[in-house]
Parts: sequence; C-alpha cells; structure tokens
Amino acid sequence: MAVTTQDQQHGLTAHSHGAGVPVSSRADHFASFDVAAFEVPGGREEIWRFTPMKRLANLHNGALATAVAAVDVSAPEGVRVETVAKGDDRLGVAGTPGDRIAAQAWTSFTDATVVTLPKDTKVGPTTVTITGPGVGEVAYGHLQVRAEQFAEGVVVLDHRGSGAYADNVEFVVGDGAHLTVVAIQDWADDAVHVSSHHTKLGQDATLRHTVISLGGDLVRITPVVTYAGRGGDAELLGLYFADAGQHLEHRPFIDHAQPNCRSNVVYKGALQGDDAHTVWIGDVLIRAAAEGTETFELNRNLVLTDGARADSVPNLEIETGEIEGAGHASATGRFDDEQLFYLQARGIPEEQARRLVVRGFFHEILLKISVPEVRERLEAAIEAELEAVGA
Amino acid sequence: MATLEIKDLHVSVTADETSKEILKGVDLTIKSGETHAIMGPNGSGKSTLSYAIAGHPKYQITSGSVTLDGEDVLEMSVDERARAGLFLAMQYPVEVPGVSMSNFLRTAATAVRGEAPNLRHWVKEVKGAMADLDIDPAFAERSVNEGFSGGEKKRHEILQLGLLKPKIAILDETDSGLDVDALRVVSEGVNRYKESGEAGVMLITHYTRILKYIEPDFVHVFANGRIVESGGRELADQLEEQGYVKYTGNQEAATVA
Repeated sequence: MAVTTQDQQHGLTAHSHGAGVPVSSRADHFASFDVAAFEVPGGREEIWRFTPMKRLANLHNGALATAVAAVDVSAPEGVRVETVAKGDDRLGVAGTPGDRIAAQAWTSFTDATVVTLPKDTKVGPTTVTITGPGVGEVAYGHLQVRAEQFAEGVVVLDHRGSGAYADNVEFVVGDGAHLTVVAIQDWADDAVHVSSHHTKLGQDATLRHTVISLGGDLVRITPVVTYAGRGGDAELLGLYFADAGQHLEHRPFIDHAQPNCRSNVVYKGALQGDDAHTVWIGDVLIRAAAEGTETFELNRNLVLTDGARADSVPNLEIETGEIEGAGHASATGRFDDEQLFYLQARGIPEEQARRLVVRGFFHEILLKISVPEVRERLEAAIEAELEAVGA
Repeated sequence: MATLEIKDLHVSVTADETSKEILKGVDLTIKSGETHAIMGPNGSGKSTLSYAIAGHPKYQITSGSVTLDGEDVLEMSVDERARAGLFLAMQYPVEVPGVSMSNFLRTAATAVRGEAPNLRHWVKEVKGAMADLDIDPAFAERSVNEGFSGGEKKRHEILQLGLLKPKIAILDETDSGLDVDALRVVSEGVNRYKESGEAGVMLITHYTRILKYIEPDFVHVFANGRIVESGGRELADQLEEQGYVKYTGNQEAATVA
C-alpha cells in the first residue's frame, strides 16, 4: 500500500511543488489534435507512469476502430440532440487533446453526438447511455454537451458494456449557465475506457462535474477545466471503488487563467482486493492573470484490504500572489479501527459497522448528486461492492 | 437482576513490541441497582479496565475472568458484549463522518433490542431523550460526534445510555471536561437510567465532584492496576480531604484546585 499524506495551505508567495515535483510546469503540457504529433508512449512518461500500458488494448499505439459504441440519448423536451460529422465547426472548442489516446480518439471518431441545453431555460435530466463496442472490439467516440447562456440542467453519462473505448467529451458552458454532469463508469469487467473531458466555462458559469468509476478493467479519466471569463465556478467530484485487479485512474486538471474564478475538487476512493489500484493526479495551475482565484483540491482513499494500492499526487502551481486562497490535501489510510470499535460497542455487528463507515466516507459525494434515481443506483452499487468482499 | 463479575483480571498493552502489564489483578462484582465509583489517580489503569471489559483490541487479557450473569464476556466480540447488556460511555467518543446521529442511534437500538423499533414511537423516544439532555434536535442530522464539543459528546454518550438501557453501564470519566451545568444535565441523565432499578453502574472518575450528583453505593480506590481499598461514600469524602497520596506516594488531589 502506498500512503501519501499532505495537508498544506498555500499562502501568498508564488511557488510550485507537489508530492512529486512536476517535470515541468503544467502550462507547458503538450496538446494537439493530431495523433501523429504525439510519440507512442512507452509508460515511463510523467503522464503515463502510473498506467499499465499493456492493458490499454493498444489505444495508445494506433489501435484501429473495429466497431462503434452505441450512444443513446434520453432527453426532455427542449434539449436538442444531434449527430454530426467531424467537420462540424462547433467541435473541439472546449479543449485540445492532451495525450496520445485523446488525439487518437479525435482522429478516429466518425460521428459526434451534440447535446444542447437551450438558453435561458431550466430542463430536466438528460441521460446519455454509451454502450461499449463488445468484448475484444475497439471504438472511438466524441460527445459535446452545450449549455447555452443561462441554461440550467443535468446531464448523466452512463457507460456500460464491454470492449475498449476512447473518447473526448466536451462541455461548453455558456455565460451564466449552470451545468451538472454525472459521468458513471459502470463497465463490464473486461472494459478499457480512456476518456478526456474538456470543459470551457463561460463568465459566471457553474459546472458541477461528478465522476463515478466502479466497473472496468482499466478506466482513465482526465477532466480538464478552463475558464473563458471571470466568475466561473467549477466543482469536480469523484467517487471510485476499485476491486481486485482493477485500475481506476483520475487526473483532474484545473487551469485558472481568468481572474476571480473558483474551483473545488473532491475525489474519494475505496479499494479492496489484490492488485486493486487507484491513481489520482490532481493538478491545479493558477496563472499570473488569475488574480482572486479560490481553489482547493482534496483526495481521500480508504484501503479496505491488503494488496491494494492507492497513488495520490496533488500538484498546485501558483504564478500570482494575488489570490483568495489555494490549498490541497491528500490522505490514504486503512480502515479506522477506532470507528469500528465505537460502533460495535453500541451493539452494531462488525460487518454492518464497516458498511456504515464506508457509506459515511462516500456520503458527502453522494449527497451532492441531485438526481435521486442516480444516487439510489450508486448507493446500491456501493452496497453490492461491499457485499462482494464481505467488508 | 444482572451481575458483572470481574475476577483477578490481568491486562497488558503492547507498544513497540514490549508488553506492559496495566491491570494487576482486579476483583470487582457489580449487581443491578448498585453504583460503584472507581476512583484513582491518572495512569492507575481505570480506563484500561473499562476498555478491557468492552473488548477494545488494544488490550490483551493475560489472565482472570469477566462474566455477565455467568456468561464469559471475554469470549464475546465487542458487539456481542454490547448486545449482552454492557455499555461503555467513553471518555473520548469517536467521530464517524458521514453517518448521521439518527441513523447511528436507530441502527444501534435495532441491534441491541433485536428488532427495529417502531418508527413512530422511536422518533418520539429519541426526541424526548434529547430534550431531557438539553440536546438541540438539529444534532440528529449531524455526523456522529463530528465537530461536537467535549460536553456535547458526553451528552450524546448519556443519550445512548438512556436509549440502549444496558444491564451494566461503565462510565469512563464522563465528568471530565464538563462545566457545572453540563455536569448536572449529564448526571441527571445517569440518575434517570438508574431509576429503573435494574441498572448497575461503574462510575470511573478522578474527581469527587460528580459524586455530589450521582450517589455511589460503593467507592473503590484504584491504584497501580488494582483496587487497593473499598468502602462507602465516606471513602470518597476521605479522598476529597487527603487526595491519593496515601495510595501512590505522590501528591495528587481528588478535587479540582
């Protein structure tokens, strides 16, 4: 078990550091729409060093699409759903692929789905169900969610099924819009999913982005948030539960380049079973122009059994002293036996006490999922995970 | 009618791979309706006694026995002991983030009573018990002990005592850190529990002041891992006057200076 613990509050002087000091500034991170512009990664590169490359189904090494992933959208009235060709000039505006697999997905997808929440309107939940291409198959995809000016709504991305799937998901959040996203990775055991989420957040816009990763052999999600104007507010939440053999990796990056914006990142994970592996790399960059920024990022991991490994690396780079506040915290620990003793001392059997504690651990994330059906489904899924190991 | 019987109990803790004996032969019998005050200086092993009876994994029983109505307590898991009728009000109650007090209380009551309490009666029962202890109803929706002050934690320990109605209650320095008002409220809670007549209480304390509110039937002086003297109320009065010097050789008062 790897244990990384940091609790720090950053003050007013510009500096940069992390559990592993970045090789270079996050600002210098290479990005391109052209897959050929990226070298095939070998696994020693900073952004790949935690990922088991052999299990990527060659997504990083030019794997051709052999099938498609079905995309079904269930949307309330008023929400526009389109299938568009690659040439649609709205695509790609929220961000540029930052690694070879994202660039490969951009190069390889044929049709993109565009979901638009109309301006000045509050709409009910939209669910986008993405079903993997099937065992042994490879597919690439592209999805764009647009929340127009002052739009308000929830979009659930529900990933299911088998196979290898790489995609880019764009969130284009207009000025003053409120977009809530819940991305659920509930894949079958064989699935490989590598996904980059690109958010462009307009002036005074709000994004609440929740990633839930439960199923799949290898899941690697890279949510990137950029701000297009002042007053943007991004909350990135994550909940993951890794069982034996699973690799679940989350790499949120908040790029503060506009003044007076906020970000708050909270990811919580539980691990159980041999070779359950989770990775959390949380990057926050506050550029010189981003005065008045307020940001905090936190990652907590709960290791339930021996043989599991959690890597957690928060990186905070600050290029201006004129900020409201910035901090990060990361802690990975075993089950707290004192909590267990306390609950048991009140007559609660051990197994039930463990479940109470784990449920409590995830509570603050689940509480913020505003769609009741989704929250209930996730609570049930977590119960099932706990039952599987008898924790 | 219940009887907790502790015989020649020896308990060690292991730290840095060396084992240290803390309890060195404790003999004590507590019956329903009796209140036993265990008084001793810091470090004498009072808390170890309470945690060992509750079954905390940190403490190893090296010899002796603990029985409740003839049943071997030491063979039981922590939760079995609680369901058998033992209760430990802890000196430092543990915070359990994300688990609401109301959920916790109901889960505990269900476990101890063997069936889920009727929801309507239960809500009323909890509200009443909270009001008795001057606990704001808003605490029901807060996480167990999280961010509670010392006094709030102690009130909630006594709240649990009242709801779970154990046969034998061990109160580990419940008075520590309480101001006068809180001490009175908490003591009244303990006395309500005692009024049933079915309750046996082991009241562990360093100071005599809580005995002004909770009347002990027996007072035991605890020093160096065992009971060194037993008597009635007058023994507490004597400790109030003279402190623990007679038992430890050190000046340590039994009253707050």
